[in-house]
Amino acid sequence: MDKSANNMRIAVLSGKGGTGKTLIAVNLAVAAKDSTYIDCDVEEPNGHLFLKPEVVQEEEITVKIPAVDEQLCMGCRTCTYFCRFNALAYINDKLKIFADVCHCCGGCVLLCPVEALSDIDKVIGKIQKGAKDNINVNTGILDFGVESGVPIIKKLLSEYVPDSKDLTLIDCPPGSACIVMESIKDVDYCILVAEPTVFGVHNLNMVYELVKLFDKPHGVVLNKCLEGENPAEKFCIEKGIKILGRIPFDHELGTINSNARIAVRESEGYQKLFAGLLQKVTEEVHQHEAVTHPQR
Amino acid sequence: MKIAIPVDKPNLAAGVNQNFGRTPYFLIYDTETKEDVFIDNSAAASQGGAGIKAAQSIVDNNAEAVLTPLCGENAAGVLNAAGIKIYKTVRDALVMDMINAFMEGKLAILEDIHPGYHGQVGK
Repeated sequence: MDKSANNMRIAVLSGKGGTGKTLIAVNLAVAAKDSTYIDCDVEEPNGHLFLKPEVVQEEEITVKIPAVDEQLCMGCRTCTYFCRFNALAYINDKLKIFADVCHCCGGCVLLCPVEALSDIDKVIGKIQKGAKDNINVNTGILDFGVESGVPIIKKLLSEYVPDSKDLTLIDCPPGSACIVMESIKDVDYCILVAEPTVFGVHNLNMVYELVKLFDKPHGVVLNKCLEGENPAEKFCIEKGIKILGRIPFDHELGTINSNARIAVRESEGYQKLFAGLLQKVTEEVHQHEAVTHPQR
Repeated sequence: MKIAIPVDKPNLAAGVNQNFGRTPYFLIYDTETKEDVFIDNSAAASQGGAGIKAAQSIVDNNAEAVLTPLCGENAAGVLNAAGIKIYKTVRDALVMDMINAFMEGKLAILEDIHPGYHGQVGK
């Protein structure tokens, strides 16, 4: 599939929260003018605060958990022995199910010899579909107390990426756990956002290891750049990681951002910076395509 | 009356373990016959829900009370459903001291059931 003529998927990720993932994803979405922004940071989605979409559709996301018919259960405990997360216990001749511990594998329902267990839906959150100014904004929202947002991200990336747009920006959750893996596994390119501190380097290394493991083309945006030495920049040079751009530690940018406004729309300088970054990432993706599909 | 206690080692000189779900052993002690039985806690290596599995084995061993410094909400859910009372021990206590304190009626019911796993949120 030729990505240049189709939907190019770019993920923005970082090893910790607050590095500037949303800042970059939102500004790139606006710089592209015609794009889709997907908020996979389902525990704290905040891209919508900047893009202010009109929500046109809301879908509840459910997972399957077991329910027991006590009339049928004969207390054989096949299910309790099977469950590696111990989501079922058998007490006083009654099966007790711990829905919060269940990982929704469905094994207990399959194995029950008397069909006393069945699947029921449990709501874990929702997806809001919206748009504003030619930008589609689709947001995953995980309910409080729910262990994993992975099912919401699966749904977002399989059903909420419209073919009508050339570019999709995926705002990832922080870190490098399962939920981030799910967010990046089908993307064409990963933008890693890094802070200019020793701690920032540690976090950058986490996501750097992840994108290498997934064999994803990637580059780094150095955010909050100050005068003097930048440990994250040094790390990139040492490891031979492409530096895509630098965003200064700037009072004006901080003010715009903290008022939930978008720098690309407010400042000519930032319009140029993010348009340049977008251009660079697009070139990187095409270059990678040319390398992996030389026949094109 | 049979009581269950998470312990560091399988002997009566052992200390009470801090972690109910992932303690290496449980002592099942009969306060009338003074009989002691140590059981391996197979839940200790669980990927998740260790407290539930550990509590299940306490239920299956017919204990009527648990003596522990900490207890998570899932484990407490199992123990409560079975009508097993949970008593709070001192931290870093020796198991025999706690058994004696229990028999003298000096241990209070454990009220602060902590959420989350592995006793990380406990006090």
